[in-house]
Amino acid sequence: MSAVSPIRTRLRAAGLSAGLGLLLIAAAMSFAEAQPAVPVPNKGDTAWMLVSTALVLMMSVPGLALFYGGLVRAKNMLSVLSQVFVIVALVSIIWVVYGYSLAFTNGGALNNFVGGFDKLFLKGMTPDSTAATFSNGVVIPEYVYMAFQMTFACITPALIVGAFAERMKFAAVVVFVVLWVTFIYFPIAHSVWYWAGPDDIAAAAKALADASGDAAKAAAQAKLDETLANAGYFYQLGALDFAGGTVVHINAGIAGLVGALMLGKRIGYPQQHMPPHSLVMTMIGASLLWVGWFGFNAGSNLEANGTTALAFVNTFVATSAAALAWLFVAWAYEGKPSLLGLVSGAVAGLVAITPASGYAGPMGSILLGLVAGAVCFLFVAIVKPKLGYDDSLDVFGVHCVGGIIGAIGTGILVAPSFGGVGLVDYTLKPGEAAPGDYVMAAQVLTQVKTVAFTLLWSGIGSAILYKIVDLTIGLRVAVEVEQEGLDVAEQGEQAYNM
Amino acid sequence: MKIVMAIIKPFKLDEVRDALTTLGVHGMTVTEVKGYGRQKGHTEIYRGAEYAVSFLPKLKVEVAVAPELLERTIEAIIAAARTGQIGDGKIFVSNLDQAVRIRTGEHDLDAL
Repeated sequence: MSAVSPIRTRLRAAGLSAGLGLLLIAAAMSFAEAQPAVPVPNKGDTAWMLVSTALVLMMSVPGLALFYGGLVRAKNMLSVLSQVFVIVALVSIIWVVYGYSLAFTNGGALNNFVGGFDKLFLKGMTPDSTAATFSNGVVIPEYVYMAFQMTFACITPALIVGAFAERMKFAAVVVFVVLWVTFIYFPIAHSVWYWAGPDDIAAAAKALADASGDAAKAAAQAKLDETLANAGYFYQLGALDFAGGTVVHINAGIAGLVGALMLGKRIGYPQQHMPPHSLVMTMIGASLLWVGWFGFNAGSNLEANGTTALAFVNTFVATSAAALAWLFVAWAYEGKPSLLGLVSGAVAGLVAITPASGYAGPMGSILLGLVAGAVCFLFVAIVKPKLGYDDSLDVFGVHCVGGIIGAIGTGILVAPSFGGVGLVDYTLKPGEAAPGDYVMAAQVLTQVKTVAFTLLWSGIGSAILYKIVDLTIGLRVAVEVEQEGLDVAEQGEQAYNM
Repeated sequence: MKIVMAIIKPFKLDEVRDALTTLGVHGMTVTEVKGYGRQKGHTEIYRGAEYAVSFLPKLKVEVAVAPELLERTIEAIIAAARTGQIGDGKIFVSNLDQAVRIRTGEHDLDAL
C-alpha cells in the first residue's frame, strides 16, 4: 500500500490541477468576453529587457571608455574615461527630464521630426504604464522601454568623444553634449523610431474593416491614416533601422568628423608617434562592447522571442566576420596580424549589423560583416591619411562608414531572397504582422534618404553647436595642457602612479 | 675597485645573475632602460599608420667588483648574455673611487 499511495496522490494532484486549469481558462475566457483584453507585460520579456538595458550601459561604461582609453596616450587616459562617464551620467538625467518626451511622444505640428512635452519629468508614468513592442498584444512596462532607450541616448554622444580625444576641454565636452542630445539626437531618434505601435494600428485597421457605410468608412480611413501618421518622418517612409545604425552610429560618426575638423589636428599629428598606450584595455573594452551589444541589438526587439534570437545570432556572426575581414586585409597590407585590427574589425562589424540585426539572416549578416571589416580598414588606413584630418580614434571611419554600409546593406539583406525576414504590414490582417510589399530598389532608396538626412542634420547641426561652444567657453585646451596631457591639467589626476 | 655596467637583453637577466653569483659577486643593481646601438629598432603599425620605434627596451646591470675579479666578471657576463645576434648589448667599465655600506659604515672592499 505504501508503495502505491504516492502514485495515487500524484494522479489525484494531476487531476486537481487539470480541473483548476480548466476553471482558470473558463474564467479567462469569460473575462475576455466581458472587456477587450488589455495586454499586460510578460515577466520573461520584462526580465530580458531589464538585462538588455544593463548590458547597453555596460557598453558605455566600462566598455567604450576602455576601448577608447587604451587607444590614447597614457597622459590622456583619464580624460577619455571621465568624458565617457560624465556623458552617461549627464544624459541619463536629461533623458528622464525631457529627452524621453522629445524622442517618444507626439510632437503635434512638428511630429515628423521631434516629439512634444507630454512626458516631461516622466509625467504620468507609473509601474503599470506599458509601451508597445513590434508584436500585436505584447507590451512591456514603459519604465523598461524608457530606461532601455535611455542607454542608447547615453552611448551615442559618448561615441563622439573618440574623434576629438586628447585635445578638447572637459567643460566644452559637457556643454556640447547637452546641446547635441537636445538638438540632434532626440529629433533623429524621434524621426526614425517613433510610431504608434502595432496595437493602435491594428485597432484602427480593424475599425476600417468593420465600418459599414461610406461616411463610417471615410471616418475610419481617416483614423487609420492619423494613426499611421503618428510616427516620425522616416518611420513613415519605411526606413529600417533595427537597433540604431543611423540614429546612433552614423549620427555620432558624422558629429565626430565635424568635431575633428573644427578642433583641428592634435599637436604633432601625423608626424609624431602617438601609439595606443594600452591595447590590453582596448581589447577588454572591445570585448565588453561585443557582449553588451547583444543587449543593444537583440534587446531592440523589445521582447524575448525568435526575432530576438535572430538578432542575437546576427550580432555574433557579423562581428566575427568583420573581425576576420579586417584582420586578413590588414595582414596582407601591413604584413602582420594585429590585435588592434581584430578588435577594430569587431567593432566595425557590430556597427554594421546594428540596423540589420533583426532583419537580415545569419548568412547575410556574415556578408555584411565581411564588407564592413574590409571597407572600414581601407577607409581608416588609406583614405583618412590622404584626406589629412585627425579623427583621433576613427569614430568616422568605423562608426559612420560602418553605419552607412549597414544602413544600405539592411535595405538589401532584409530581402527574403537573401535570407532576410522581409517587411511587415500591420494593416493587412489587423492583429497580426503580415508580410508587406518589398521592392529592393525602393527600400534602398529609403535607406539612402535616411542616411543623407542624418548626415546633413547631424553634420550641419553639430557644426553650429561646436561653434557656439567655441565662441562661449572655447573648444580646445591650451597648447601647454595638450603637451602635458589632459589628465593632470584638466582632471588633476594621473592614470598610473607607479 | 671597478664598476661594471652591462646593457643586456631583458630575458638574459637570470643567466647573468646566476653567472655572477657563482663568481662570488654578491649584489647588483638592475634598471629598465631604453636605447639603441647597432640594432636599429623596429616598426609598429596601428590601423595603417606605421611608426619607427628606435629605442628598444634593455636592462642595465651594474655591479661593483674588486680589480682582480674584473676580467672574470666581464667574461661571465659575456658568456651569459651572448646570443650572437645583433642587440646583445655592451659592457662599460669605469673606476670606482669609494664604496660605503650604509648599515655598518664599512668602506671600499669590505663594503662590496
